[in-house]
Amino acid sequence: MATLTATRPETRSSGTGVGIRNRHRYFTAFCVSVLVVFAAVWLVPLLWAVDTSIRPEGEVTTDPTAWFTSHPTLDAYRHVLSAGRLPAWYLNSFLVAALTAALTVVVCSMAGFAVARVRFRGRRAATGLILAGLMIPPQVLIMPQFQEFAGLHLLNTYWALVLPALPTPVAVFVFASFFSGLPGELVESARLDGAGWFRIYSRIMMPLCRPAVSAVVIFTFVWSWNSFLWPLLVMTSTDTMTIPVGLSVVQDAYGIHQAQVMASAVLGALPLFLVFLLFQRRIVAGIANTGIK
Amino acid sequence: MTTTTLAALPRTEEQTARGDEARAGWGLLAPFAVLYLLFLIGPALYGLVLSFFDASSVRTGLGSFAGFGNYAEALGSSDFWSSMWHTVLFTLLTTPPLVIVAMGLAMLADRLKHGRWFFRLAFFAPYVVPATCVALVFTWMYTPTGLYSSWLTSVGLTAPAWLADPNWAMISVALMTVWWTIGFNFVLYLAGLQEIPQELYEASAVDGASPLAQLRRITVPLLGRTTLLVTMLQILASLKVFDQIYLLTSGGPNYATRPVIEYIYDVGFTDFRTGYGAAASMLYFVVILAVSVVWFVANRRLGRRS
Repeated sequence: MATLTATRPETRSSGTGVGIRNRHRYFTAFCVSVLVVFAAVWLVPLLWAVDTSIRPEGEVTTDPTAWFTSHPTLDAYRHVLSAGRLPAWYLNSFLVAALTAALTVVVCSMAGFAVARVRFRGRRAATGLILAGLMIPPQVLIMPQFQEFAGLHLLNTYWALVLPALPTPVAVFVFASFFSGLPGELVESARLDGAGWFRIYSRIMMPLCRPAVSAVVIFTFVWSWNSFLWPLLVMTSTDTMTIPVGLSVVQDAYGIHQAQVMASAVLGALPLFLVFLLFQRRIVAGIANTGIK
Repeated sequence: MTTTTLAALPRTEEQTARGDEARAGWGLLAPFAVLYLLFLIGPALYGLVLSFFDASSVRTGLGSFAGFGNYAEALGSSDFWSSMWHTVLFTLLTTPPLVIVAMGLAMLADRLKHGRWFFRLAFFAPYVVPATCVALVFTWMYTPTGLYSSWLTSVGLTAPAWLADPNWAMISVALMTVWWTIGFNFVLYLAGLQEIPQELYEASAVDGASPLAQLRRITVPLLGRTTLLVTMLQILASLKVFDQIYLLTSGGPNYATRPVIEYIYDVGFTDFRTGYGAAASMLYFVVILAVSVVWFVANRRLGRRS
């Protein structure tokens, strides 16, 4: 390939340099084509779900793999939204995720500030204990936690989802590392002016850590919206279910109405899709900085 | 820093300031500490206690003391071991593609000057979709009359029964998982690639290095740290698999895909054997802990070296 391109008459500089440069250009073209193929494979399931959801139910049954329909319709969406409990589940998911995100920011930023900027006896021990929590996967705790919430009579309430989600070690460390990066003079001069510690935290430090707040809010919201195992265990009544749990139990109820199944899947994914489109940069930067998973 | 400025103050004031700071520290930590003890450390210790008793969720109290009985039973149970194996198998099937393909795609996308956002959107968008929605879509994709089968048939291949065939079910789940979660690793790799200085490529291009030589000699070695991070996070995430298997196959056909978390769920919540379920949880926790410790040590070593 290199020798072929090097002999072209319109090339300006010396033979080998151009050969290499062309090779790099061909390589980039090759990269793009591979990426396009992969992107197509990746987009197919999403497009296929949307496509199926706007086809008339009868057509889907008779010809399941056809892409094109001459009668696009929103009937499936209308039916799913009016007949099912979807609006209630939306509300549950939204309230739980919003409450979890807001309270996580408050609780974990206070702890992060204490760990990073306040010097008190036992700080190291506290930090170590929080670090240890990183190693405990929530899945291991389902049995004792379920008994705990049954004992507290909190099953089928929002608190059953919100409370265990609040003490998040990762969020504490995200805030702590952000607070340690802020200049120390801010705290010192405020102390000399006679400001109390809580005032320094709430009035001086918090307004400066918007990036950390938004990262924690977005990740907590997405994580809460998507969590499945724990909500499946504690939200057993149809009225209190979140979107993922609700959709998993109605899967069978729609039976062979594939357009409706796909419409419900699209509706369930839609809110987070919007969150992702709005905050794409923040989400990507957040993952790159912390590796939250 | 605070002490240097306070050192000039009279001793009593310094002491009150110290006491003040200690009180403030614990005060700010208190809400987190209370929730942490109540909903994480507490349940963890309670779970440990439960695992030594014949506890059951159909009666109150701990039940009779079982010693290591629950542990012995779990270690002797072929159902426990096969579910443990399914979790490991899932990890073995998903980790290599999720690391290697993500790295490859990120390296390709990194060469682009324009349109990188489009590929980030295509690969990352599935990651924000809830497991249930992903499972609904792929149950539809994997039906015998579904899209994937029709593709394979159209090129003359016999399509497998995907989720219905015990030999294919786990592979189908793994393929879906690769599609669903690759965006996360892709983004981590893109960030890692940003940190490689552009001059290295320019200098080697001047020396006549081909693109493949650049990938082999510069990109892959300098991504070592990122690869360690991605691999460890991926192993830990894959070992926690439950949602997509439960939703796609319910652990079937004939328990061929049931992961250990579903086993714990089954014995603890369907058979009401809380104590035994807690013991199985602890055994599973030991595995997670071992992997985490390896990760911490490896990370420390590398951190000290660089």
